Amino acid sequence: MQTFKKNLTEQVLRTSGVNVRKCMRCGKCSGSCPSYEEMDYHPHQFVYMVEKGDVDALMKSNYRCLSCMACVERCPRGVAPAKLIEAIRLMVVRQQGQNHLKADQIPALLDKDIPQQAIVSAFRKYSK
Amino acid sequence: MQKIGVFVCHCGTNIAGTVDVHAVAEALRNEPGVVFSTDYPYMCSETGQNIIKNAIRDNELTGAVICSCSPRMHEVTFRKTATAAGLNPYMMEIANIREQCSWIHKDMPTGTAKAIVLGKAAIAKVNLNVPLIAGESPVTKRALVIGGGIAGIQTALDIAEAGFEVDIVEKSPTIGGKMAQMDKTFPTLDCAACILTPKMVDAAQHENITIYAYSEITEVKGFVGNFTVTIKKKARYVKENVCTGCGDCTKKCPQKKIKNEFNLGMNNRSAIYIPFAQAVPKVATIDPDHCTMLKTGKCGICAKVCTANAIDYTQKDEYIEEKYGAIVVATGYNPITLENFDEFAYSRSPDVVTSLEYERILNAAGPTDGKLVRPSDGVHPKTIVFIQCVGSRDTSGCGKQYCSKVCCMYTAKHAMLTREKYPDTDVYVFYIDVRTAGKNFDEFYRRAVEDYDVHYIKGMVGKVAPMADGKLMVQASDLILNEQLHIMADMVVLATAIEPDKSARSLATMLTASMDTNDFFTEAHAKLRPVESPTAGIFLSGTCQGPKDIPETVSQAGAAAVKVIGLLAKNKLTCNPCVAHSDEQLCNGCSSCEKVCPYGAITYLEKEFRMPDRTTAIRRVASVNAAVCQGCGACTVTCPSGAMDLDGFSNRQIMAEVDAICR
Repeated sequence: MQTFKKNLTEQVLRTSGVNVRKCMRCGKCSGSCPSYEEMDYHPHQFVYMVEKGDVDALMKSNYRCLSCMACVERCPRGVAPAKLIEAIRLMVVRQQGQNHLKADQIPALLDKDIPQQAIVSAFRKYSK
Repeated sequence: MQKIGVFVCHCGTNIAGTVDVHAVAEALRNEPGVVFSTDYPYMCSETGQNIIKNAIRDNELTGAVICSCSPRMHEVTFRKTATAAGLNPYMMEIANIREQCSWIHKDMPTGTAKAIVLGKAAIAKVNLNVPLIAGESPVTKRALVIGGGIAGIQTALDIAEAGFEVDIVEKSPTIGGKMAQMDKTFPTLDCAACILTPKMVDAAQHENITIYAYSEITEVKGFVGNFTVTIKKKARYVKENVCTGCGDCTKKCPQKKIKNEFNLGMNNRSAIYIPFAQAVPKVATIDPDHCTMLKTGKCGICAKVCTANAIDYTQKDEYIEEKYGAIVVATGYNPITLENFDEFAYSRSPDVVTSLEYERILNAAGPTDGKLVRPSDGVHPKTIVFIQCVGSRDTSGCGKQYCSKVCCMYTAKHAMLTREKYPDTDVYVFYIDVRTAGKNFDEFYRRAVEDYDVHYIKGMVGKVAPMADGKLMVQASDLILNEQLHIMADMVVLATAIEPDKSARSLATMLTASMDTNDFFTEAHAKLRPVESPTAGIFLSGTCQGPKDIPETVSQAGAAAVKVIGLLAKNKLTCNPCVAHSDEQLCNGCSSCEKVCPYGAITYLEKEFRMPDRTTAIRRVASVNAAVCQGCGACTVTCPSGAMDLDGFSNRQIMAEVDAICR
């Protein structure tokens, strides 16, 4: 189990390209996050949890991140918490099999009230 | 043939840990010229040095090779050892087998092989060494201090008190620097002006101090003990020695809408201005970019109202050349600009201010006469949020990677002063870490929390959003409660990172003084020579070397002064005998060396030469002034005909070293 967790963490780090050790625990990511109240874990926690190898908890709860990348933009240390979430989502998708979003499915899912940004964001989240 | 002794140092395990020192001593024993070879745990110790001295005497050595640490560490030590044993100090060479060998290798065979090669190169060089005699150069007993803030003023006062003449060159119209803009000082909360202005007056009145305010350095020539500096005195369009500083002109000047730099643009000044009441020198200055008279020739009101007849619209920039023995850099700092931090809405709301601006707001002589009011509408703010580390500790490229060091303390000061004067104000401080190392510093910060009820919250602010009702919505995280906060604030104060003044880089080039990647001047040794630049004769005072608070700046300023006094107290300086000389027979008079010499040590002479056909020809040949030459070697590599050579590092010696390495 321990090795499994370790492999999982390493995979997240490798896929995301994030160096979690650069985090200085300032919390600017969580101060920036527009979806803070919606999430079980907050951006500064993602980073700490990955650093401590607690990836499986994140894999069960990461769907409320908007992928707005505000935390990536504002992090003073260049840590990019949202990229960890992207990587974790990718791992979930991989474990579930090939169920991700394809470009030709998009038109059927659209209605005129969906903002453009949401489509782009959803595509970014579920197309990898 | 030389008789060379080889001395291999273990440096405890520093060298012996990765280099087989016995094997090195044995291998070098058979090199040409070597008559003695040994190793010892600490060559720099008294016993070690005695081994060297005895070996020189007993074996009548003509040269020595010490395989040890970098020459930057112990070259002087071992030169003294050689001299004590009757050997010319320049017959001693160091093979650096520590920094360049044992410290960078991990396995013994590689380290040992490299140490032997480095030793062989040094031996090959010593075989060609000739004894050199160091000359002497005089010392100009006058110091230059660049920058007239608290660092520059303190250094100048200390040097002047020791009896030497000092000139302060300050680029703004008055001395005083950043400290003059501050309201109170931590951790005692005494007023900055009350402790600074007496020093400014002392500096102005001291018989040994000359202040060149509104002036800049344009050229630096020479070397330690003998600098020649050109100072540009910018035209004030006011006769400095005639102006009484009455200020009538500033009141009558019709151009009144110019941003006042002293109050960081938060109020206006006139085109002719005196920066602040206690300015030194207290004389008016005309801002040529805004003066109607200077721009169009139609006004002249200041000249009409001046009872002292001090106004002179025809004044020109003046260039003064002065000689100095030592130069102190005290160029100080500035807060960074905030264009990379749009999330804090600094450019969008006048109620978001930097800490230095807040300092002016609190100051009785500031834009609000010391009343704490919002810049946007003049209403007293009820909720103020302080954000720490804005642009500090930032490796993302938006700010500075270092800690600005002073922000934790001045923010605690601001918070405390605010709560003291206006107990109805709610004060929040968002921090990452509170760094209060310093005497009475942590106690000061704790007072802010415990006695003044300032809300310290661990977490960074993510964004500041100006709202329609004039409030500022501060969104931040509280990392301890694990909550996101939304505070409706009336004012936001940004503890902005500090950076070296922009003038420092061009100055460093003129002084050939080195800087780090942040444009702070580097010291000769981070621990043991903290106030000296690696360039001889250049000293560092204050924040130009790194972020510092006032007590630390004053201590460092004093330390720099002591180093300057130590230099100026000498009548003669021993020159470096490793200087260039030209072979007149080979010199073709091309002037290449003259152009590359950074010290201006090379001149050309017209000289008579006997030609092979018994006629006499006049040829132009290079001549090196040995007192000015610093032995950098630029000329020797430039010379196309191989006429230039450097004593102690001759072309033959260098080639012999290369040969020994490649052998």
